[in-house]
Amino acid sequence: MIDLLNAIVALSNFVLVPAVTYGSQLALGALGVTLIYGILRFSNFAHGDTMAFGTMVTILVTWGLQALGVGFGPLPTALLALPFGIAACMALVLVTDRMVYRFYRAQKAKPVVFVIVSIGVMFILNGLVRFIIGPGDQRFRDGENFIITARDFKDMTGLREGLALKTTQGITVVTAVIVVALLFWFLNRTRTGKSMRAYSDNEDLALLSGINPDRVVMVTWLIVAALATVAGTLYGLDKSFKPFTYFQLLLPVFAAAIVGGLGSPLGAIAGGYVIAFSEVLITYAWKKVLTYLVPEALEPDGLVQLLSTNYKFAVSFVILLIVLLFRPTGLFRGKAV
Amino acid sequence: MSDPFLIGEAMTGGYGRGGPDILHDCTIAVDRGEVAVIVGPNGAGKSTAMKAVFGMLDLRRGQVRLDGQEITALSPQERVRHGMGFVPQTHNIFTSMTVEENLEMGAFIRNDDISGTMEQVFELFPILRDKRDQAAGELSGGQRQQVAVGRALMTRPKVLMLDEPTAGVSPIVMDELFDRIIEVARTGLPVLMVEQNARQALEIADKGYVLVQGRNAHTGSGKELLADPEVRRSFLGG
Repeated sequence: MIDLLNAIVALSNFVLVPAVTYGSQLALGALGVTLIYGILRFSNFAHGDTMAFGTMVTILVTWGLQALGVGFGPLPTALLALPFGIAACMALVLVTDRMVYRFYRAQKAKPVVFVIVSIGVMFILNGLVRFIIGPGDQRFRDGENFIITARDFKDMTGLREGLALKTTQGITVVTAVIVVALLFWFLNRTRTGKSMRAYSDNEDLALLSGINPDRVVMVTWLIVAALATVAGTLYGLDKSFKPFTYFQLLLPVFAAAIVGGLGSPLGAIAGGYVIAFSEVLITYAWKKVLTYLVPEALEPDGLVQLLSTNYKFAVSFVILLIVLLFRPTGLFRGKAV
Repeated sequence: MSDPFLIGEAMTGGYGRGGPDILHDCTIAVDRGEVAVIVGPNGAGKSTAMKAVFGMLDLRRGQVRLDGQEITALSPQERVRHGMGFVPQTHNIFTSMTVEENLEMGAFIRNDDISGTMEQVFELFPILRDKRDQAAGELSGGQRQQVAVGRALMTRPKVLMLDEPTAGVSPIVMDELFDRIIEVARTGLPVLMVEQNARQALEIADKGYVLVQGRNAHTGSGKELLADPEVRRSFLGG
């Protein structure tokens, strides 16, 4: 019985909690991708670097606040800096839209042209972020590290396994829930939100109904900038900030959006967790959990790790392929790619 | 004779700027309290004529007037604001949104209270009241057409234009839709529609336009056209 409890705790500590955290971060990223796809109708390859840009501004403001001696108690100062990051990111995407995407919209360019254009924007943002903050690893986390440490947990429960809960994990999940709730409230309850859904559903009819496309596009970019900055900052707090990592996040984020069904916000969230859980479950070394569960004679010799963590991106890629082959519209019947 | 409420007069034009002409000197009009239908063989330019009245193609010659005001240069969106309600033949509802949201979006240009108009639409199409919280894409073909017409009515248009409202629905549903359209027209709202089912459409029409190859071939009241031996022979199967 105790063994079972220990197994559950170990599983939670190493798989469930990290996967829920990572899944929430991916879900927020994928929501941005899926909104752009649904409303502007292209796959935005610059999304990873948009996340990096917003996070970078958040980090710079965090450092400034830290230098001024401003803190947020046990919570990371970055949360105070977040609104500045979001505002800067909103300004960036509006300028990009005005200078780049609007031209192609006026031409009624094909989606594939938009994709190539977004790759160009991606390279520019990539360079911009590295130029400003450098290509290296940046740490900006402060405040309390843990809500519960493994040792406290062991002392409280008397179990051999500990369940640590990092502050960043708690913040990620709480923030994600709040942001998603706000987003769905906006999309389903407000006039502007409904007009965005209408525009995504049937552009011609939306125009006939008097919905202003410029306004829909602008509001979409503002929401996407906020989502990208929040997702990037949460990821950076939880792991660390490095421009190249954010570029790499593009694959799991897109995988999440496509698995869920491009254009479907609900799908983006589900997809985020599907990808995160698959990645963590497949790259986790199961030896510890199995040791508690199977009789001694059957104890595994190896680590029982299906795939090294170095190959974690392969997991998103394989899931992506499977979905595209067998259910191209994704779990929630988005638009076919 | 005074100008009809909505008239597309001597329209000549086609899709795109360099495209060939589809309409040749074609005139379509509807007056207050009337149902006017455009019928004709396949490819006669029925839908094109209606789209021309709604501003969806470039007219080389001719003009469109609404309530005496020239609107030839206005975009379809601006015409909606001037009181024209248009129901396209396909893709005429927001499939992922609920019936009620469809109606709300129809009234997007209005800033006043829309609940009264929505109530009128529900009275006209009682089935929509029961299905108001259901996604419009899940409804049957006839119900979807009711949503589409309801959406257009939400702007409180001064004239309603329907592009083949009965396309793809069963004969029973078709009869019911025609009944509803007559009901709409009885409220004083002029209705201009394109119809594939010429006989049924002419039966309810105050005015009929038979188009052939983008030209007015026959024009008259619905009864006159139904009685015209030539119209009968060529379009109504004797």
